[in-house]
Amino acid sequence: MAAVNEAPPFFRNGPTPFARLCFYVACALALMILDLRFHALETARKGFHGLLEPLRNVAQAPVRLFSDGSRYFLNLERVRAENQALRKAQLKSSPIIAHYAQLEAENRRLNALLGLRAQPAATGQIARVRYTARDPFTRRVFLDKGLREGIAAGSPVIDTQGVIGQVTRVFPFSAEVTLLTDKDQAIPVQVERTGQRSFIFGLGNGLVELKYIPINADIRAGDRLITSGIDGVYQPGFPVARVIEVTHDSNDAFARIIARPLSAAENHHMVMILATTPESAPHPEDARTGPVARETQ
Amino acid sequence: MTMFATHQSTRILSPARPWFIVLSILLGVLLNMLPTRQWPLMPDCALLILAFWSVREPRRVGQGSAFALGLVMDVADGAAFGQHALAYVLTGYGATQLSRRMLWFSLWQQALHMLPLFCFSTGIQMLVRMLATSGGNSPGWMQFLPPLVSTVLWAPVSFLLLAPQYQPETRDDNRPI
Repeated sequence: MAAVNEAPPFFRNGPTPFARLCFYVACALALMILDLRFHALETARKGFHGLLEPLRNVAQAPVRLFSDGSRYFLNLERVRAENQALRKAQLKSSPIIAHYAQLEAENRRLNALLGLRAQPAATGQIARVRYTARDPFTRRVFLDKGLREGIAAGSPVIDTQGVIGQVTRVFPFSAEVTLLTDKDQAIPVQVERTGQRSFIFGLGNGLVELKYIPINADIRAGDRLITSGIDGVYQPGFPVARVIEVTHDSNDAFARIIARPLSAAENHHMVMILATTPESAPHPEDARTGPVARETQ
Repeated sequence: MTMFATHQSTRILSPARPWFIVLSILLGVLLNMLPTRQWPLMPDCALLILAFWSVREPRRVGQGSAFALGLVMDVADGAAFGQHALAYVLTGYGATQLSRRMLWFSLWQQALHMLPLFCFSTGIQMLVRMLATSGGNSPGWMQFLPPLVSTVLWAPVSFLLLAPQYQPETRDDNRPI
C-alpha cells in the first residue's frame, strides 16, 4: 500500500505554479544576459530565424498581394507618363554621366601621378525592404537578401537620396538593417560646406544629432552632412542629413545640432546594399597586433 | 442577458481541441508578423490569444507555452533573447492565477481584470529595453495604447475563440444543450 501522505495521481501536478514561474523567469533572465552582454546566441538566432521563414512568407503574402495587385491595376496612361518622365531624366543625366566618366579617368591619372591609392568604385546589390521590426524600441528594417546572396554584416545601405543605415545581422534569407535614426547607430560625417568632421547619432525619433562640434564652429541650419569615410565602412561623399536646428547653450562646450536624414530612412521600398571597403589602413594600435576583425557596432 | 462566456452561463462548453489552441496561437504570431509598425495601436495579438487560453485552459496552456511563444516573438521581432519570453511568462502566470476568479464575471469585467496584466507586460518589456540599451528609442507613453486596445479586444476575441466549443461533438435531441 502506498504511503498515506502521498497524493493520489489526480492531484500530482509537478512543481507549484510559483516554482515554475521562478524557473522560467530565471531562464529568461539568463538568456537575456547571454544575448545582451556576451552576444553568445547569434547562431541560435540565425537558425531560429530561418525556421520562421515560411511563417513570415505567409504573413507577408496578403500585404504583397495587395501592393502587387494595386500595381497591376495601375492605369496604362500613368505608366506611360512615368516611362516618359524616366526617359527624360535619363537623357538629362547622360551628359553628366559622360562627363563623370571623363572626370573619373582624369582623377585616376592624377591619383596615380600623386601616388595615392585609387578610391574603389561603390558596388552593391539592390534589395527590397520586406518589413520593419515591430519592436518599438528599435529602428530596424529587414531586407529580402541575406547570406545566400553574400551580404556581409557591416555593409552600408543607401537609397537614391542618401545613407539609410548599416546591415547589423545577416540571416540565411534576409538581413537586418539598423537605420541611422536608431539610438545605437553612429556614422562619421563631415559638413559639406566647411569640411569639419564629426559623428551623427540617431535620436530615435526620426532625427539625428551631430555631436562634438564646438560652440564657435561655423555651422548653420541648411548645411548638408556627407559621410567622411574615415571609419572605412562608409565610403566618403554619400549625403546623410541636412542640419535643421543649431542651439548654442553656454553651459555646454558643444553646440546642440539636430539634423534630418536626407534619405527616406523610415519609409522606403528599394534600397542598395554597398559592399564594405575591402581593406583600409590598420589602426596604429591594431597594427602591432596584426589585423583585427573590425566590430561593426 | 445571458453571459455565456462565463461560469454563470447555463451552457456547457465542449472542451477546446488542442489543434485549435495551437492554430489560434499561430494565428496570433502571424498577425504580429504583419508589417504594422506604422500603426501605434496594433496590439500584441500573440500575447492576447495566449492570455485567453491561459485563463480558459490553465492546465494546458501554461508557462512553458508562454516561454516558447516568447522566444518565437523575440526572434521574429529582432528583440533581445528573453525580452518577450519574460513578459509572456509573467503575464501567463498572472492570467492562470486569475482564471478561477475571472470567469465568474462578465466579459467586460474580465477585460478590466486583464488590463493591468497587459500593461504590466508592456512595462516589463520597456524596462528590459531601458536596461539593455541605456534609454533606447522609447516611444514613451504611446507604448501603453496597445494594452488598452488588447483590453477592448478581450470580449470579441473571447467570442471568436469560444465559438467552436459551443457545438457538442455528438448531437442528441434529448439533451438540452
